Amino acid sequence: MSKKNSEYLINRKDNQYEVVIGLEVHAQVLSESKLFSTSATKFGAEPNTQVSLVDAAFPGMLPVINEFCVKQAIKTGIGLNAKINKRSVFDRKNYFYADLPQGYQISQFKDPIVGEGKVILDMPDGQKEVGIERLHLEQDAGKSIHDLDPQNTFVDLNRSGVALMEIVSKPDLRSPDEVSAYIKKLRSIMRYLGTCDGNMQEGSLRADVNVSVRAKGSKEFGTRCEIKNVNSIKFMQMAIEYEANRQVDLIEEGKSIDQETRLFDTKKNETRSMRSKEDAHDYRYFPDPDLLPLEVSDEFVNELKNNIPELPDDKKKRFIDEFKLSPYEATILVSDIDTAKYFEEVVAKMGKNKDMKLAVNWITGELFAVLNNKNLEISQSPVSAKNLAILVNLIKNGTISGKIAKTVFELMLDGDKDPQKIVEEKGLKQQSDPKAIEALIDKIINDNREKAIEYKQGKEKLFGFFVGQAMKASGGKANPQLINEILKKKLQ
Amino acid sequence: MSDITKQSLTELVENIKNKNLSSTDVTKAFIDRSEKSKELNAYVTEDFTSALDKAKKFDQKPNLDLKLPGIPMAVKDLFCTKDVKTTAGSKILNNFVPTYESTVTENIWKEGAILLGKLNCDEFAMGSSNETSFFGNVQNPIDKDLVPGGSSGGSASAVAGQLTPITIGTDTGGSIRQPASFTGTVGLKPTYGSCSRYGIVAFASSLDQAGPMAQNVKDCALLQEVISTYDPKDSTSIDFKRNQYSKELTNNIKGKKIGIPKEYRVDGMPKEIEDLWQKGIQYIKDCGAQTIDISLPHTSYALPTYYIVAPAEASSNLARYDGVKYGFRAEGENLIDMYEKTRSEGFGAEVQRRIMIGTYVLSSGYYDAYYLKAQKVRKLIKNDFDEAYKNVDAILTPSTPSSAFKIGEKTNDPVSMYLNDIFTVPVNLAGLPGISIPAGHDSKGYPLGLQIIGKAFDEQNILNIAFAMEEKINFKNKITDWWIK
Repeated sequence: MSKKNSEYLINRKDNQYEVVIGLEVHAQVLSESKLFSTSATKFGAEPNTQVSLVDAAFPGMLPVINEFCVKQAIKTGIGLNAKINKRSVFDRKNYFYADLPQGYQISQFKDPIVGEGKVILDMPDGQKEVGIERLHLEQDAGKSIHDLDPQNTFVDLNRSGVALMEIVSKPDLRSPDEVSAYIKKLRSIMRYLGTCDGNMQEGSLRADVNVSVRAKGSKEFGTRCEIKNVNSIKFMQMAIEYEANRQVDLIEEGKSIDQETRLFDTKKNETRSMRSKEDAHDYRYFPDPDLLPLEVSDEFVNELKNNIPELPDDKKKRFIDEFKLSPYEATILVSDIDTAKYFEEVVAKMGKNKDMKLAVNWITGELFAVLNNKNLEISQSPVSAKNLAILVNLIKNGTISGKIAKTVFELMLDGDKDPQKIVEEKGLKQQSDPKAIEALIDKIINDNREKAIEYKQGKEKLFGFFVGQAMKASGGKANPQLINEILKKKLQ
Repeated sequence: MSDITKQSLTELVENIKNKNLSSTDVTKAFIDRSEKSKELNAYVTEDFTSALDKAKKFDQKPNLDLKLPGIPMAVKDLFCTKDVKTTAGSKILNNFVPTYESTVTENIWKEGAILLGKLNCDEFAMGSSNETSFFGNVQNPIDKDLVPGGSSGGSASAVAGQLTPITIGTDTGGSIRQPASFTGTVGLKPTYGSCSRYGIVAFASSLDQAGPMAQNVKDCALLQEVISTYDPKDSTSIDFKRNQYSKELTNNIKGKKIGIPKEYRVDGMPKEIEDLWQKGIQYIKDCGAQTIDISLPHTSYALPTYYIVAPAEASSNLARYDGVKYGFRAEGENLIDMYEKTRSEGFGAEVQRRIMIGTYVLSSGYYDAYYLKAQKVRKLIKNDFDEAYKNVDAILTPSTPSSAFKIGEKTNDPVSMYLNDIFTVPVNLAGLPGISIPAGHDSKGYPLGLQIIGKAFDEQNILNIAFAMEEKINFKNKITDWWIK
């Protein structure tokens, strides 16, 4: 594939524009308790039931760092091939809002816990490296609810103090598709690490999207706008599309772009100005005097490094090397940790004489189709990896045909039934006795003498007719390979 | 026993342990005297009924192994006390009743003490005369219309006036030592990290420390022993080996080297302060210790540094008082309007001044010139002490540049008010322990204090020096009970 085809450019008359995108992803740390308090973090709890005195900023309350969250951030940093900073500092970002009880957010400003790193994207036309600028830990704010009462705003502090990782990319992304691939890759890495569940519906993963445009070939960056808090990949892509076109239109009209913060209106599919650079908050960052600088030792980091599970890139390489999968197949199977787990379990259960290709086809074909239809995650699959492995083996060793296997699979869906038993109970075992098949074929040829003559005279496509008849006569159970062989012999 | 309130904490503990007195006797005596002392305005909240109940309960089953068995005690209203209103001297917390207890007060109750009530203080501990309190001025028992110092003014007044046998204050820039000096009492600011800040209404987090205020050094040592514990709930609490300060207290300071910093001889310092200091040097020598002239070259930068760092932290610490969650709320047209009205009606002038200074010095464009530079100077000030401590064991200075002044005398001159803390502020910036002991009187008969500054975590040493000097000075506080009709 040529690179040109996939280039995302915005065309106007004689001009072509390139889009430059950088993301600030906010990923909720997978942790039972908050960043600086022991409150629970369960999603969907009754409002204000997971709030400690610290989270609600009562007088005299003090933050105490949750070591688990620190480990999660470092693990994520390792997964992003990034530099782990042994000394980092928590700062206060000061601003007033009703759902920010302290009047400041504890974040890391000058000295983040994780420095530069990179992730590799698998794009249709090859791999693309995206730089990571930094990852820092910070508190989430609470939630203001404006639509429950005509006069009042309600505040839910359950989220107040929940640990977030802000992962800042370099401005390396060039298209909505790359943004999609980048988010999916980040999500995949963090799910492998168990550091973020990546659930975008529940707000565990959301992003601020920085967009600028420039004439194709230009080395200078254009003025960027930041689109705040976009919470789905689709919306990110739509927002970028809209925003890039808006900026190009301004340039084409000879106008300049104002650096500003914008909101994406998902109903109208447009971005709107939220505040300009002049109105930007002065957050008065300064080191939080309630917290000492966070220092981690080499041993602490190495211990985490040594326990990092196999990550998608390595797994993909292994699937290709060890299982002889195509890069395409491997990419699909490693993209989600649960899919990879399922696949590896199928492989393990298939035993020695396994057909890897067949297994991959069944997972990415039949199984994925069922999951899609039923809107299920692979972790909720109605067919266990063990039983799918048995099914694949039944095909491989000739017990059933691929066609019968589909029937068996349908039956397996109800209660994860053992395919072996289904085959036995329903008598679906493939007929592989050559004599029985021969008898069957003799009868068919006898019944269709005219067609047999036509075939012998050169009407070769009638071969399929005979195969169909034989299959039908055997109730679909006859070994298709044997039918082929015997028919050819008999019709000579 | 009519003289119960004249007894020191140590005497009261002994008398309760020997069963010469019951907790009820003692508690009643201090309640009675407190009732007669309303004019001092030392209390913001009295908890007398409950205190008496607790005393009776204690007497039914007295645990005499405790360090403060059945001892009644009022505390500064900056410590959050469970189910007892905690105001920090501010209108904005006028209705605030915590559901939790500060670690320091928890430690005190665990040793058997009983809460008498909450003592007046400058609003959010910002002040040097107790005049910024929403609950009015506190009178100094030494003389009518004399300030007791601040911010722990109510605490100092209550101890000096014998409304409580002992108390705790907090010290961010001198708020224990200066009022102790103004009222002829002993006040210790421990090393930063010695006493937990958990549950103490924050003023400036990197400077705030709780500490004991007492009638004598031994009492002070005993309370320090109780309140100083390592607390995982405060990330700046330090896990070091703490002494049994009262048990290990000794007046033997022979051979100790005490530094006399030349930079503390400030321009315009009254002669009687200089004389007091000289007397202090003589006492040190009388105790068999020696004095050595030292230099703390960055001393003159301490006050400006403090008035950048402390307001910066305060401006952020006080952001939580916004009318949304607890405390005073003024109604407004919208959120911003509510904030503005709540905070301009809820905070007093001095607090607003410091919030504005703090906001200013942290603003982008000013941060480097003010806050960052102040942090650098703070480091230099700390280095001065580290350097000095290579040659000396402790440092002796006056506690304040003057004796107590009249109420209203400095209200309209914040800078002259701030100068009160000139000798105490460097100690907070360096995170060191410092103790003020009464050492004499000025021409008006008002008490004057001397300050002993120690190495970090070396509270025992400065308590010993104070203990030895106390014996030589033999200070008698002149309390006339002028306010009791």
